[in-house]
Amino acid sequence: MPTIFGIPPQALFGQLLLGLINGSFYALLSLGLAVIFGMLNVINFAHGALYMLGAFFAWLLMTQVGIGYWWALLLAPLAVGAVGVLLEKSLLSRLYKLDHLYGLLLTFGIALMIEGLFRHLYGVSGQPYPIPRELTGGQNLGFMFLPNYRGWVVAASLVVCLATWYAIERTQLGAYLRAATENPVLVQAFGINVPRMVTLTYGFGVALAGLAGVLAAPIYQVSPLMGSNLIIVVFAVVVIGGMGSILGAVLTGYGLGLLEGLTKVFYPEASNIVVFVIMAVVLMIKPAGLFGRER
Amino acid sequence: MVKQLLVGAALAALSVGTAQAQQGKVSGDVVKIGVLNDRSGLYADLGGEGSVVAVKMAVEEMGGKVLGKPIEVIAADHQNKPDIGSNLARQWIDRDNVDVIVDVPNSGVALAVQEVTREKKTIFLMEGPATSSLTGSACSPTGFHWAYDTHALAVGTGRAMVQEGGKSWFFITADYAFGHQLEADTSAEVKKAGGTIKGAVRAPLNTADFSSFLLQAQSSGAQVIGLANAGGDTITSIKQASEFGLTQSGQQKLAGLLIFLSDVHALGLQVAQDLVLTTGFYWDMDDEKRAWSKKFMEKTGKMPTMVQAGSYSAVRHYLKAVEAAGTDDGPTVAAKMKTMPVNDMFAKNGKILANGRMVHDMYLARVKKPSESKGPWDYYQIIRTIPGDEAFATVAESGCKIASQ
Repeated sequence: MPTIFGIPPQALFGQLLLGLINGSFYALLSLGLAVIFGMLNVINFAHGALYMLGAFFAWLLMTQVGIGYWWALLLAPLAVGAVGVLLEKSLLSRLYKLDHLYGLLLTFGIALMIEGLFRHLYGVSGQPYPIPRELTGGQNLGFMFLPNYRGWVVAASLVVCLATWYAIERTQLGAYLRAATENPVLVQAFGINVPRMVTLTYGFGVALAGLAGVLAAPIYQVSPLMGSNLIIVVFAVVVIGGMGSILGAVLTGYGLGLLEGLTKVFYPEASNIVVFVIMAVVLMIKPAGLFGRER
Repeated sequence: MVKQLLVGAALAALSVGTAQAQQGKVSGDVVKIGVLNDRSGLYADLGGEGSVVAVKMAVEEMGGKVLGKPIEVIAADHQNKPDIGSNLARQWIDRDNVDVIVDVPNSGVALAVQEVTREKKTIFLMEGPATSSLTGSACSPTGFHWAYDTHALAVGTGRAMVQEGGKSWFFITADYAFGHQLEADTSAEVKKAGGTIKGAVRAPLNTADFSSFLLQAQSSGAQVIGLANAGGDTITSIKQASEFGLTQSGQQKLAGLLIFLSDVHALGLQVAQDLVLTTGFYWDMDDEKRAWSKKFMEKTGKMPTMVQAGSYSAVRHYLKAVEAAGTDDGPTVAAKMKTMPVNDMFAKNGKILANGRMVHDMYLARVKKPSESKGPWDYYQIIRTIPGDEAFATVAESGCKIASQ
């Protein structure tokens, strides 16, 4: 049998596909972070906690109210978005005049509080969330068994990422948003309510995290730790892609997922640090990130 | 000059005198028990606050006092980091006069703490960690390994799986001291029973996605996929193995080499059913265990894991030994502990070997199907009792140097 670097090509395809699935989560989460940083200049450390919140909302909807996966896919992100709007209105909006560092510290504190609360209430082992009936089972692709649900995750995240990119880069509303980041005073003078736009942007960014949380619930345990396990990698993704670059965040998310998948085949011990090694290299060569602009 | 020397000598004599006078008493007029474990991470549910509750139950049973002095229980989170764990242990012993350190899951942290307690001659009661090297190459005169170890897990689950026809194995191993030791011990047991090892993959601790490793295990064609990991990692790998249809085909079996009751609870019986595992304790085995576990449940809302039940047993035995020895001096109590049999709800006629290994019966269990379970926490069917002498290595086999002297 022919091999590539000692690995049968079939196994390699399987691993690349798995990498793409993990990349979908990186892309969705880093997209939200990039949108928030691009528009608000806030480094949102609460992103992982809000992702966890999305998964928990879905779980609570199912166990407490009896609402299933498909409605949760809509309701949980809305709920997380509402939490985001509340946070922005009550706390974050007071910090825009100050250094980035204050926003970072505030959101980090919020993340610790949300996670601590859920750890206290539900323990760390996590709660099981079943795969929706329509998506159980899987396809035999010849080189691997692909669970239907994982295929759905890749498709859903691709659509959401593309739609977000289009909305911000190609529509009127997106143009207002981008203009408001460059010069809020001028845009406000044109009669556009900039503070409200900023609030809604933050709400939208964290709703994306909530959506990723619901998508993740059936794959991972719904656990208070699920966000903090992921968030550091996602930050590395955003740094590599270039802070604030939306296309960069999405492409880097998928790309690093693939690369991590490959590492798991060739040198699994390094699979949890490969992203950071790349981050270090990129920062040395191109400090603004692969797709970022020097400011 | 001569006068100074004389004063010095007198002072030295005095301090020796006080040291001797202190023997047969309790240092600091309080027996301080420090429970050091993971209180926030992936191992928090199998030990965590539950271990603290179990230790307090042992203290309550003693009436809160030993040798007429009060017993105090404190706790801290080592965050699964060996440096934090050993620093906390050092600080507890040097500054806070802690007399005994309990639990310490995560073999990596336990090995670090064992170095500190050996140097300080402090009693170390280990229920959480798994690696058999704690009573082997890294053994200590004051270290006691209580609930289970990698050797017992290998003998229990490894041998049983081979006997059922699972001859070829592939391991998914947690990439640190514990995983490596569990893989090595199980490999040895599998080979001894006539099986073969097809390969292994080392997954970093706290991996979120095991699908890649599971796929590698699948393509190896091995009959048994041995999970040499624990806690959250085991939960994720079992859940995702079921998602990827690894075991449904019937060609491959999963062997969870270390599974705690809290893991099964988190997975749910639908996913965990039919897993074979080895445990040192299960609440629903006899009246004594049921009664104790019910009390534990009232305090925590959960049934105890073998780590938590073991913490109770070890601390109880320690306090009895302090009473019998008439002192809380580490080496004296350690020697006393080794001469006394362990008899409580956790172990019957348990004995402690010279290397600190507490030998007691282990149990091979199968996780029930949802249809067999009568209610919450009714999870295990005990298939076989593994006699202690079979489950644990002898002192000679362990390779512990201090014990053979």
